Amino acid sequence: MHKPNGEGFFTYFTAAAAVLILALTGSIFLVVLWGARPAIEAFGLGFLFAAVWDPVRDLYGAVPVIVGTIVTSILAIVIAVPLGVAAAIFLGELAPSWIKKPASFTVELLAAIPSVVYGLWGLFVLVPWIRTGPGQFLESHLGFLPFFQGPSLGVGVLAASLVLAMMILPTITAISREIMRAVPVELREAVFALGSTRWEMIVKVVLPISKVGIMGATLLGLGRALGEAMAVTMVIGNANLIPVSLLSPAQTVASLIVNEFPEAFDLQLSALLLLGLTLFTITFLVNVAAVWLVNRTSYRLKNQGGAVNGKQ
Amino acid sequence: MANNKRRKVTGFINEAACLIFAALAMLVLFLILYYIFQRGIGAINLTFLTSLPTPVGIPGGGIGNALIGSGIMVGLATLLATSIGITAGIFLDQNPQSRLATITRSACRVLTGVPSLIKGLFIFTILVLPTGDYSALAGAIALSVVMIPFITLSSEEMLRTVSVTWREASYALGATKKQTVMMLILPTAAGGLSVAIMLAVALAAGQSAPVLLTALTSQFWLENLMQPTASLPVLVYTYGISPFSDWQQQAWGAALVLVVIILALNVISQLSIAIMNRRRGI
Repeated sequence: MHKPNGEGFFTYFTAAAAVLILALTGSIFLVVLWGARPAIEAFGLGFLFAAVWDPVRDLYGAVPVIVGTIVTSILAIVIAVPLGVAAAIFLGELAPSWIKKPASFTVELLAAIPSVVYGLWGLFVLVPWIRTGPGQFLESHLGFLPFFQGPSLGVGVLAASLVLAMMILPTITAISREIMRAVPVELREAVFALGSTRWEMIVKVVLPISKVGIMGATLLGLGRALGEAMAVTMVIGNANLIPVSLLSPAQTVASLIVNEFPEAFDLQLSALLLLGLTLFTITFLVNVAAVWLVNRTSYRLKNQGGAVNGKQ
Repeated sequence: MANNKRRKVTGFINEAACLIFAALAMLVLFLILYYIFQRGIGAINLTFLTSLPTPVGIPGGGIGNALIGSGIMVGLATLLATSIGITAGIFLDQNPQSRLATITRSACRVLTGVPSLIKGLFIFTILVLPTGDYSALAGAIALSVVMIPFITLSSEEMLRTVSVTWREASYALGATKKQTVMMLILPTAAGGLSVAIMLAVALAAGQSAPVLLTALTSQFWLENLMQPTASLPVLVYTYGISPFSDWQQQAWGAALVLVVIILALNVISQLSIAIMNRRRGI
């Protein structure tokens, strides 16, 4: 059949934009890989297992920053997930309707605040507080234990983890709330009809059904924490050492890149790009898993209605 | 009966704990806003907003060039990202089930999660590394990479709000796909699309890592797009970590300006959505 003028062109034109986005996604990996070639040739896989980062001797290994990244992100998750899920339960299930909207909006605004502002706040408000308060306490009372040794500088793993936790809290809260809201009313009413209290309904119906989705939200938060650059750079103390205590200054992949990139060249630059590539690979996998988990939950809730208890 | 009472008490205690945690999350926002206003407000006056930075110890320095640099980079990035993002959004909306649409949607979701720092590294490697020059143009392109997946997904969502009945009415009148999109869907969704763009602008305006890696910073006015340029978020970072108290003071001032702009865009967006929903009777 004859197509009206320009009709095929219109579809191809819009499809081209979609293809461009796919090309963009693919080329990020390839381009950074290309930039990292010299470092790959120089260090190979040993890069991931070497514990030295020394620009003066041109020796580069990823272990200290990878440990720093994982430790701070995991701590942030440990702090933010219970808080975020509890806040989501309140905002989605418990709050009276006149509080729900403004309160949820307030929490979402937190996600809009730029990371550099979190960093500034962390550096001038949180860090001095840690130095004199909790840090001092850990140093003098629990300093004999392996993970609490001083000195309490304020900057370090603890400060970075707390700032990260603050930054991912709104993400986790907002997504968990959305997922819990999708739990069908019929299921809730069924449990109420059996005589359960509101809290029992939440624990026995809403949470089990939302579990997978909340894991997805957690992974999204983890992805954000792993890749967060500025806020961490400002409060972590920037020492290229494997952190041994909550109070020790450390470095993450992102903070090392921010710190050294503007003055780096040759092998150092390429090693930083290789670090970036490592970070990209990790966050990419975490995000693919997260998107899959969140989609799976909302799909099942939308399409299978009552049959969500794993039976299909 | 004692058992029932215990169940009720358990519920009450746990619900109260949830309330406290939610309050704590909101308290964090207020704490941050409180400190930004309290420490930033003193730095702000006309000279601060309109003049160049001065060396340490010389009073009267400002963030004029950073405001212009941020404005130009975010503006250019918005133009670029909006044209690509909305076009792709139209494709997703028109061919929702196609394989290309499904893959593009997933790519956007994953791309949203890729740290903006990596997007900066990407643009650095293709634009800055070959020439050796940091530039405002590279900064703008890096910001557009941050914005594109966001605008694509949200514009699809906004286009989706145009109901199937309307679309069918348009086709029944003999309109082509292109005419339906250009004359019905885009105008009807215009409000929603502007909200999507505003939120993307707010997102881009706060980005510091990608800008630092591509446009670096500068002490001078931006004269052409191939020069490095100052920007608000990078200025907050460099002044914030500096050891000089007058620069730190200016970092708080710049942070206040940045936060006010971003929160205003977010609040306006939410209000517009609420108004549009009410008009549509939702």
